[in-house]
Amino acid sequence: MVFSSSQRQDLREGFIANLVVAASVAAYGSVLGLMAAQKGLTWYQLLVMNLSVFAGSAQFVMVDMWLPPLPVVEIILAVLVINMRYLLIGASLNPLFRGTSLSHKFLFMHLVADENWAMTMARYFKQPTTTWFLLGGGICVQSAWCFGTLLGHRLGAVITNPERYGLDFSFVAVFTALVFSFWKGKQDVVPWMVAAVVAAIAEVLMPGKWYIICGGIAGALTAALYQPVEEARVLD
Amino acid sequence: MSSTEFDILVWLTIVGAALVTYGLRIGGLLLADRLPKTGRFKRFMDALPGTILLSLIVPAAIAAGPMGWVATFCTGLCSLKSGNVFLSMVVGILIVATGRWFGI
Repeated sequence: MVFSSSQRQDLREGFIANLVVAASVAAYGSVLGLMAAQKGLTWYQLLVMNLSVFAGSAQFVMVDMWLPPLPVVEIILAVLVINMRYLLIGASLNPLFRGTSLSHKFLFMHLVADENWAMTMARYFKQPTTTWFLLGGGICVQSAWCFGTLLGHRLGAVITNPERYGLDFSFVAVFTALVFSFWKGKQDVVPWMVAAVVAAIAEVLMPGKWYIICGGIAGALTAALYQPVEEARVLD
Repeated sequence: MSSTEFDILVWLTIVGAALVTYGLRIGGLLLADRLPKTGRFKRFMDALPGTILLSLIVPAAIAAGPMGWVATFCTGLCSLKSGNVFLSMVVGILIVATGRWFGI
């Protein structure tokens, strides 16, 4: 494949933009690697899991449920439920992928994680951004994830308690640092409030990651159904 | 169960989890292609990135406790004033880490 210079540029910038959050990803990876070693996963099984599943919280649940004889169906169902949010994240990437070929979509969508998705969308709302920026971020996060997990598997967790250093907060911090780029104006006020309230309530009432789907859909539905009066007149 | 049988289960689990996850990623992208690009559907899709992001932030920020709330506020403020994502993240992490260090 031949890359144009602008593609290389986007790839590089995407990689760099995700470096700080990737450090946290690696720290959490080392915790997962240690857990996986204790559960008897070999390093190459873990590596294949990283490269193919590539979803942090889902992999933690997988390793947690990893007891012989493996509950294969239960694990796969748990992964399905936890990763359901990728259906929404994938849908929200649709405008970024407009005009790309099907094979391009199939190749580039694999390396989509929460972190590089947020980085990419934030940039996309501000300046022209291609899927190469998304891929660059995905490569960065994937590399950190593999590096961290394998290190943890071979040497034990480098940082046994990432919470002590506030690293659990780095995921909230990166999303919060990007939130203003997602703001489009007054029309967002009500949908954002609905998303926040529904997500907060769902997190208490429902297990796993359902709160992301509930909040995301409730907020976007609000935007679909409700229209500020003055805009309604102009648009319809 | 023999070790070969167990190995087969291991790979079945990993491949199954990978297929399910990839299916959701690519499925969301391709399904969105089929949605109309006007009216209510457009407003839904336009609002979606922001509402997903907020749903990622809010419950986690609430769970982070009082120092986490301060840190979230400062991260947001720093991002608004400086526009620097790296700096804003570091500010938030430092506040939470300092708080934990002193047991707040």
